[in-house]
Amino acid sequence: MNAIRVAWLYFKIGVLNELQYRVNFFVQLLQSAIQIGTGLVMLSLVYSHTDELHGWEQPELLSLLGVQVLLGGVIHAFIQPNMERLMQDVQEGTLDYALTKPADSQVLVSVRMIRIWQVVEIVSGVILLLVGLSGVDASVGLTDTIAFGCALVIGAVLVYCFWLIMTTGAFWIVRMEHVLELFEGIYRTGQWPVGVYPGWLRYSVTFLVPVAFAVTVPAQAVTSRLQWQTLALSFVFGCVLFLFARWFWRFGLRHYSGASA
Amino acid sequence: MSVDTARLPEANRWRSLFDFYTTAMRTAIVAQLQYRVAQYFYMIGMVAEPVVYLVVWSSIARSQGGSIEGYTAGTFAAYYIVWTLVRNMNIVFGAPFWEHRIREGQLAGDLLKPMTVLHYDLAFFAGWKFVVVAMWIPIAIGLSLVFHPTLDPTALEIGVFICAIWGAYLIRTMFQGIVGMLNFWTTRGAAVFDLYMAIEMLLSGRLVPLQLMPDWVQTLANFLPFKWTFGFPIESLVGDMSPQSLLLGLGAQVLWIGIGLAGYRLAWNAAIKRFTAVGG
Repeated sequence: MNAIRVAWLYFKIGVLNELQYRVNFFVQLLQSAIQIGTGLVMLSLVYSHTDELHGWEQPELLSLLGVQVLLGGVIHAFIQPNMERLMQDVQEGTLDYALTKPADSQVLVSVRMIRIWQVVEIVSGVILLLVGLSGVDASVGLTDTIAFGCALVIGAVLVYCFWLIMTTGAFWIVRMEHVLELFEGIYRTGQWPVGVYPGWLRYSVTFLVPVAFAVTVPAQAVTSRLQWQTLALSFVFGCVLFLFARWFWRFGLRHYSGASA
Repeated sequence: MSVDTARLPEANRWRSLFDFYTTAMRTAIVAQLQYRVAQYFYMIGMVAEPVVYLVVWSSIARSQGGSIEGYTAGTFAAYYIVWTLVRNMNIVFGAPFWEHRIREGQLAGDLLKPMTVLHYDLAFFAGWKFVVVAMWIPIAIGLSLVFHPTLDPTALEIGVFICAIWGAYLIRTMFQGIVGMLNFWTTRGAAVFDLYMAIEMLLSGRLVPLQLMPDWVQTLANFLPFKWTFGFPIESLVGDMSPQSLLLGLGAQVLWIGIGLAGYRLAWNAAIKRFTAVGG
């Protein structure tokens, strides 16, 4: 409960702080429009040469793109800013200020920052998803919607765990800022159904960087393609990765000697 | 704010410039070699982009009987593997970094140096190229083993390619610099940078080979600088261009370097008048 209270407090402070910069809303609106425009051009190019890609038709892939943009918004709003701050704190030796506070250090480093205007990206993703779904023949049932919600939450947790594990590496390899490019590059694979990729890449983006679980599985749920075994596997993998990320964070902390004070 | 930078002695100017570039490039190499893991993170992230395109387009080519617009899975593989090298060569002091340079006060210190920042940027990133290209080689071998590219370049094509990737580096440095200098007027340039990058993505051959684009896009691309930073260098090695087209392409690059340099100087002269120092 204490963790939730701390997170809520930081959320309120973060929102108040961001609301000072209202022009950023319009900047973000433009950026999201550009991002979606580029994605749509790529989709239309692909479907000008084929009718379906590994069994996915254009409206279904539009839904997939919607999920990718939506989850990207969640990452950019809540996960990435905190992890960037953590990397910066390790580099500059200011992490001590967080570690000496009387709260769980993992919770603290995970909730301190928020970029509320990235919510525009989340809304854009939802719109894309709905437009895509309107072109899909099969109707989306209640079970599909619940499965989609569960898969999306599990996906967000998986991405958070991946980010935390990578960022914890900053305790040993100080310059970790390129992990951002690493993730952004690999996250692009989520624009396409994971079945398109060759085996080695499919397994990499499923278990090493869990983009497939985070994007393809929710998109499968909402397009009535998901098997319950996949969702169960996703849940188990999420739990295991969360426990591992927690252990790795504490392991990293034990090896951190601080650089300031 | 106007700044008069001390000029190098005219008699030994070129010699001094050469010494400066070699020293700055060596320094960049040594500095970047310290962070090999960070470099590989960056490169793996960067390689993911063409691999995605390659897999998608190869898959479509196979489903369409083996090729699209003359591109087979093998030529797509060659295109996107060469793409990774060209992308590495196209890493320059990007537009968004100008904001950081101004906001953090670095520019105030840079202005006290004896030459304009362009020289420092060019030399630093040129040195970095040697590190990234060395680290790129094992990645390229790995990608080649997995995707089996069809690549059979002539000596002329290899020669033109080597010139073209450096030409691309210069063009991109100039134009990213011009866009980056927008930060002297506004701190909200992010959306403009994104728009610029999106246009570059679509009109350069970075997203897909330009032959797959509609005719009007291909025509438009001929009259803009973007194609000469991605599409042309890649096609010079992978495509089947005539010697005349190859040389014309190099000529177009020289033209765009000139236009870029003129634009850069104009933008710099206008921008520096607006600059007020921030720390440093």
